[in-house]
Amino acid sequence: MAHSILGLLRPLRRGLNGSKIRLIFLCGVTEQHHSPAKCWSERGFSSTQGFQDGPEESSSKDQVTVHFINRDGERLTTTAKEGESLLEVVVNHNLAIDGFGACEGTLACSTCHLIFDKDTFQKLDAISDEELDMLDLAYGLTDTSRLGCQVCVKKWMDGLTVRVPMDVSDMRKQLEVGKQSKQ
Amino acid sequence: MAGAGGRAPLGLRRWLSSPAPAPRVCVVGSGPAGFYTAQHILKHHGGALVDIYEKLPVPFGLVRFGVAPDHPEVKNVINTFTQTARSERCAYYGNVTVGRDVTVPELQQAYHAVVLSYGAEDNRVLGIPGENLPGVYTARAFVGWYNGLPENRDLKPDLSCETALILGHGNVALDIARILLSPLQLLRKTDITDSSLAALACSKVKRVWLVGRRGPLQVAFTIKELREMINLPGARPVLDPADFTGLESAVRDAPRPRKRLTELMIKTALEKPVEMQAAAAAGAAAPREWGLKFQRSPQEVLPSADGRRARGIRMALTCLEGSGDSAKAVPTGAVEELECGLVLSSIGYRSLPLDPAVPFDSQHGVIPNSSGRVQGVPGLYCSGWVKRGPTGVIITTMNDSFDTAQSVLEDLQGGVLDTSPPREGFGLVESILRSRGVRPVSFSDWEKIDAAEVARGKAAGKPREKIVDPVEMLQIIGH
Ligand SMILES: Cc1cc2nc3c(=O)[nH]c(=O)nc-3n(C[C@H](O)[C@H](O)[C@H](O)COP(=O)(O)OP(=O)(O)OC[C@H]3O[C@@H](n4cnc5c(N)ncnc54)[C@H](O)[C@@H]3O)c2cc1C
Ligand SMILES: NC(=O)c1ccc[n+]([C@@H]2O[C@H](COP(=O)([O-])OP(=O)(O)OC[C@H]3O[C@@H](n4cnc5c(N)ncnc54)[C@H](OP(=O)(O)O)[C@@H]3O)[C@@H](O)[C@H]2O)c1
Ligand code: FES
Repeated sequence: MAHSILGLLRPLRRGLNGSKIRLIFLCGVTEQHHSPAKCWSERGFSSTQGFQDGPEESSSKDQVTVHFINRDGERLTTTAKEGESLLEVVVNHNLAIDGFGACEGTLACSTCHLIFDKDTFQKLDAISDEELDMLDLAYGLTDTSRLGCQVCVKKWMDGLTVRVPMDVSDMRKQLEVGKQSKQ
Repeated sequence: MAGAGGRAPLGLRRWLSSPAPAPRVCVVGSGPAGFYTAQHILKHHGGALVDIYEKLPVPFGLVRFGVAPDHPEVKNVINTFTQTARSERCAYYGNVTVGRDVTVPELQQAYHAVVLSYGAEDNRVLGIPGENLPGVYTARAFVGWYNGLPENRDLKPDLSCETALILGHGNVALDIARILLSPLQLLRKTDITDSSLAALACSKVKRVWLVGRRGPLQVAFTIKELREMINLPGARPVLDPADFTGLESAVRDAPRPRKRLTELMIKTALEKPVEMQAAAAAGAAAPREWGLKFQRSPQEVLPSADGRRARGIRMALTCLEGSGDSAKAVPTGAVEELECGLVLSSIGYRSLPLDPAVPFDSQHGVIPNSSGRVQGVPGLYCSGWVKRGPTGVIITTMNDSFDTAQSVLEDLQGGVLDTSPPREGFGLVESILRSRGVRPVSFSDWEKIDAAEVARGKAAGKPREKIVDPVEMLQIIGH
C-alpha cells in the first residue's frame, strides 16, 4: 500500500536495524480523507505523483539548501528539491527528528510542526483552515508556526532555517543540562 | 548522574563501547504509549532489547480500537509501530494479560526495567439513577462495538429511537455523533465492522444532542473534529445563537485554539442553513440533525412506563462559577427533561490498577510517577494514559512516552538501573507462561491475522474486515 511507504521506511532509514534502503517516496497518495500537500514546482510536476531519484540526481538548479534546528539545538543541513514538502525533505534525507510526520502528511497529527522566522513566514503560501485546525493542537504553537507537510520548498527559500519545537522530554533535558552546568 | 562527556550523552557511541550486558526492557501494552516508549529506547540506546506484552492477540491499542473508522489517516502511525516491532531488538508478545498471566514482580525479575503503558480500560461513571437501564451505553462500549473490540462485539445497541443524547463535550462524543449520523455510503468504505454497519443501516436515529455540564468556552473537543461534524453531509447543525451571546468579545484575547474553536461555533450558530431549508421546501427527506446543549448536568435517566428501558433524561441546569478552563458548573435548582431512547455517556475513560505490587492513585486514576518513574519502585516506569490520565491525542501520548523513555535511558546511563547481572527476559517469562497454559502471539502471527483481515475486507471494498472473536484470531495462526 503506497500510503504506508513513508512510515515503513523512516525508522529503517534511521538505523533501527541498520538497513539501508533507498527511499521511494510517494507523498500523500490519496485516501478519501487525506489532505496531502499540493506542491508544484516550476516545471509543474506534483510531488504527489512521487519521485524515485535521490537528491544527487537532480540538477543543481532545483536544489535548495534548508537548515533544520533540531530540538537539541543541533543544526541539520540538507539540500532539498524544489517542490518537495518539508516533511518529504526530512524523510527523504533521513533527518533524525524524533516522531516527525506520524500521520505521513495527511494533516492528522501535527508532529511535523516547524517554526519559521517572521519574514519567511510572511512569504509562505496562505494557510488553509484545515492546517490551522491541526496546528491548534501542536506543541509550543507560535505565531510563525506551520506544518511541515503543508509547506513546499521553493527556489526563493534557499538558505532557509526552520526550528523544530521542543517537546517535554527536551525541555527536561535542557533543565538538567542547566542544573549540571550550575553545579 | 554520571558525568557523561560529549554532547550526546545518551547517544549510541557510549553504549557501543559499554561492556555491560544488553539491558532488557519490557513494555506492558502495545498502544501508542507502548510503541513510542519502545521506539525511543531502541533508537537512543544501541544495545537495549525491548519486549512488548499485550493483553489482546492484536496490537496497537486505541489506534485500532478507539480511533474512528472514518479517520484512516490517523492510523498511519501503525506503519511506524510496525517497523519498531520488526526491529531485531524488539519482540511482541500478544495474548498475555499482565497482572493475571504474569505478574509485575515476575516481569521485574526477568527485565532490568519494566514500563507500564496499559492505557485506560474502563470508563468514568455518572453515578446517577437509571444509569444501568437498557438504552444507556458507555461511549467506551459503543466505540468498542463499532471498532470490533472483542469484549464489546455483542453490545447490539438499540438504535430504534429517533433521538439520541450524548453526555459529554469531548472528541469521543463527536466521534459517536458522527458515526450515528454519517451517510452509510461513507462508512461502508471504512474498517467499521460488518455487524455494526448492518445495525447502523437499520438505525432510526436522526437527531443527536450533545450535552455538556459547562459552557461553550469549556468544550473539550477540538476544532478539526467540530468542523468535520459541521460539514457532515446530510446532517444539519442546530446551535442556539443565545448560547453564544457575548462570547465573541470574551475570546478576543484567548489563545488561538480556543478563539478559533469558539468563533466556529458562533459562526455556525448564526448561519442560516439555506441549503437545508431549500431541500426541506423541495420535499426532500427530513434531514438528520445534531446540536450542542450547554450547562446541563445529568441527574437521572428516566425509565419508560414499564420501567424496562430509558425514555429520557432529567438534567439540572447549571451556572458557571469562575471562568475559563477552571470554571465550575453549579446547579441553579432548575431542571429540564428531554425525551430520548438512546443515552450514551461519554464522560471519559479511566485506568485501573494492574497489580498489587504497583502503586495506584485511584482518585486521579493514574500510577503516581515523576517523569514516568513510578514512585517508590525503582526500575518501574509508566507512560501514556495510565501515567497522565485519559486525555490527549496521539502526539500528546508520543511526547510523554519519549519523556518516560528518556528517564529509562538516564537511569541506565547513570547506573540507577544495575544492568550488570544479566536478565533472562522472555526466556524466563516464557516458562512462567507455559506453566500457566498461556500461548503468546508473535508479531509475525499478528501479520497473518492482519493479512486475513485485509483479504476479507477486499471483497467488500473495505481496508479490512476486523476479526472480532479472539478464538478465531488464534485459529488463523494455528494456536
Ligand atoms: C474513542 C477514541 C478515539 C480517539 N481518536 C483519536 C484520534 O483520532 N486522534 C488522536 O490523535 N488521538 C485519538 N485518541 C487518543 C489516543 O487514542 C490516545 O492518546 C492513545 O491511544 C493513548 O495511548 P496508550 O498507549 O496510553 O493507551 P491505549 O491505546 O489504550 O493502549 C493500551 C494497551 O495496553 C493493553 N493492555 C491493557 N491492559 C493490559 C494488561 N493487563 N496486560 C497487557 N496489556 C494490556 C491494551 O489492550 C492496549 O492495547 C482517541 C481516543 C479514544 C478513546
Ligand atoms: N479525533 C481526535 O483527535 C480524537 C478523537 C477521540 C478522542 N480524542 C482524545 O481522547 C481524549 C479522551 O476523549 P474523551 O472525549 O473521552 O474525554 P474528554 O476530552 O476529557 O471529554 C470528557 C467530557 O465529559 C465531560 N464530563 C466529565 N465528567 C462528567 C460528568 N460527571 N458529568 C457530565 N459531564 C462530564 C467533560 O466535561 P467537563 O469539562 O465539564 O469535565 C468533557 O466535556 C481526549 O484528549 C480527546 O481529545 C481525540
Ligand atoms: S505529518 Fe501529520 S500533520 Fe503533517
